[in-house]
Amino acid sequence: MAKVNIKIEGVPFEVEAGLTILEAAKACGFEIPSLCAFNHGECSKGSCRVCLVEATGARGLVASCVYPVAEGMEIKISSPKATAARRTSVELLLSNHNKNCQQCDKNGKCELLHVAKVTGARDDMYVGEQTAVTVDRLTPSIVRDTSKCVLCGRCVERCKNAHGTGVLGFEKRGFNTIVAPAENRSFANSPCILCGQCVSVCPTGALMEVSEIDKVDAAMKAGKYVVVQTAPAVRAALGEEFDMPVGTLVTGKMVAALKRLGFKKVFDTNFGADLTIMEEATELLSRVKNGGTLPMITSCSPGWVNYCEYYYGDLIPHLSSCKSPHEMFGAILKSYYCEKNGIDPKDMFVVSIMPCTAKKYEKERPELSVNGLKDVDAVLTTRELGKLIKRSGINFAKLPDEQFDNDIVGEYTGAGVIFGTTGGVMEAALRTAAYKLTGKELEKVELTAVRGFEGIKEASYNLGGTEVKVAVAHGMKNAKVLLDQIREGKSPYLFIEIMGCPGGCVAGGGQPYVKPCFLPNEDADILDTFKAKRAAALYQEDESKELRVSHKNPQIVELYESFLGEPNSHKAHELLHTTYKAKERFN
Amino acid sequence: MAHLQEAAVKKINEICDRYVDETTPLMMILSDIQKEYGYIPLEVQELVSERTGISVAEIYGVVTFYSFFSLKPKGKYVIGCCLGTACYVKGAQQIIDKFSELIGIKPGETSEDGLFTLDALRCIGACGIAPAVTINGKVYPKLTVDSVPKVVAEYREMEANN
Repeated sequence: MAKVNIKIEGVPFEVEAGLTILEAAKACGFEIPSLCAFNHGECSKGSCRVCLVEATGARGLVASCVYPVAEGMEIKISSPKATAARRTSVELLLSNHNKNCQQCDKNGKCELLHVAKVTGARDDMYVGEQTAVTVDRLTPSIVRDTSKCVLCGRCVERCKNAHGTGVLGFEKRGFNTIVAPAENRSFANSPCILCGQCVSVCPTGALMEVSEIDKVDAAMKAGKYVVVQTAPAVRAALGEEFDMPVGTLVTGKMVAALKRLGFKKVFDTNFGADLTIMEEATELLSRVKNGGTLPMITSCSPGWVNYCEYYYGDLIPHLSSCKSPHEMFGAILKSYYCEKNGIDPKDMFVVSIMPCTAKKYEKERPELSVNGLKDVDAVLTTRELGKLIKRSGINFAKLPDEQFDNDIVGEYTGAGVIFGTTGGVMEAALRTAAYKLTGKELEKVELTAVRGFEGIKEASYNLGGTEVKVAVAHGMKNAKVLLDQIREGKSPYLFIEIMGCPGGCVAGGGQPYVKPCFLPNEDADILDTFKAKRAAALYQEDESKELRVSHKNPQIVELYESFLGEPNSHKAHELLHTTYKAKERFN
Repeated sequence: MAHLQEAAVKKINEICDRYVDETTPLMMILSDIQKEYGYIPLEVQELVSERTGISVAEIYGVVTFYSFFSLKPKGKYVIGCCLGTACYVKGAQQIIDKFSELIGIKPGETSEDGLFTLDALRCIGACGIAPAVTINGKVYPKLTVDSVPKVVAEYREMEANN
């Protein structure tokens, strides 16, 4: 790589040619205040003018996020001209911003407030007209409030990069510009899959999850039997809400916190994941045996299910009919668990802690209820759980490690844990499918071919004479490739795992924000590495478990023996399976 | 999209086919559709999105960015008043206000009888004849407020005689 010599604040450095001034400065240990710039240009480059610096050879000040370094360039970050200009840029942004910061859910994680502080921006320097405001609260998942939008374009780029669908775009022009789905529609009547990737990159409170903390409070107050379950990916990220390093595994502390928050029982959704594997592996083998629709595709990710219904309605028969793990668990809690413990299912309130915003929508699906009772009553994101814990005065770092409840349900295996990262469901399913096909356990349960963050992963296993060719995709842009293959009748696979979010649930839209400006102790490339760090935590927990295959979970075995009969039985279908239907994109 | 008539689907597909070899075909496609139908509703944008792989949100963004494109059907006569700097300095605001008053619509609207649409345009590059107005492509140079009623009457008469 060619190098160039530059000076920053008078200090000479040798940096890679082709870097922007912002990147070069970062590599040399300088943090130029910047707002819209994000993740290798995943934004509408150079739009906010916050990162202005002086650079020799340039006319006037330059936006360091787009201006490339050149041989001999001298860069001044702290010159009076540059500091004044950056402050003015922020003041102008603030002049068209809804500054109700105290009520804003992004408070504490707001990058605009951060640069306002860093640049010393003064309040109300420019008072005048405000752009007309849209607040969209129609979906159960995401709130869009344009009064907080700084038009950085991160959400627009992320939606396009992750899914290729690009539900969000810039509309109108000049002062009237807004970021919105076409026609400034609600997400509710646009083909938005509600994955929340836009929320996870938004620098301000313009895109937020719909909070359900109030719902949980109300259920507690009403004296309901409130139980909670936590998805696998939550334990790999929750620590970040309490300034722990990215990828810290906090299973024990998370359980301890939930017990202190007043939940009657604290369960692990992994029990549901193990149950899903039993149902899904059985469904797959029965499709193979009976000439059913193949390849079969996983249905755990509600973002992916939404996408399928909007864009590939014709491929719905390929979707596994299995409910997602937390919905299965909810259904079992309100039937089996209530029955065994003499609880009226109407009194039970099931809360799921999920790394996901689409799960909030999923739980509202009418088909995900049994006898008029919803399987799951409220879904909180990992971030909301962080807020709940902070609000309750719990010092998370000082909590002891405690164990999940597992009286008759809740026990889980390593197979359930890895559901939280791309390839995990596939690996877990294959561990059990291999046993079902060959009657023998795999010698090595780690199936590394389906691990990692390649967009599309393929693997082929010979299981008892059956050649099982599988594929894993995450992010709809990657999934589309596999789906088009199916449409053209050219798919060579038997089984496909698809996750809505790039990286799977560890990088879900409900996970703690990864904002480099708030993570001074993480490496500069944290946006490239956080997924792997969180996934590593899950693989670590998988390895630590004695039981690593779902079919050996003793409580799952007991559940089938004493309640469900066998996988895919009539009763299992009633409680654990669902249906889908194609949806119009702009309704 | 199901609401589009078969002939329209065929025509729009044909327009998209004209530019399959272009790397950035969107402006050309939209421009041809605008000329053909006088407007580009969401259903049409969906079809263009499917053909080009460009998201509906992005197409909608382009359609709403350029005043040349329209989301709603335009009137039989489209009055474009240039409000670029030169025209503005020469009194274009008073001229568009006069059109507004005489026809009873605001800029961007279409009269109820479908006869007129009034558009405020950014610089149309005719500063030498400012203030400039175009009606269905015919240019009216150096217009004055007093001459606006005559221009409107001209089209009303033309319509009455048809």
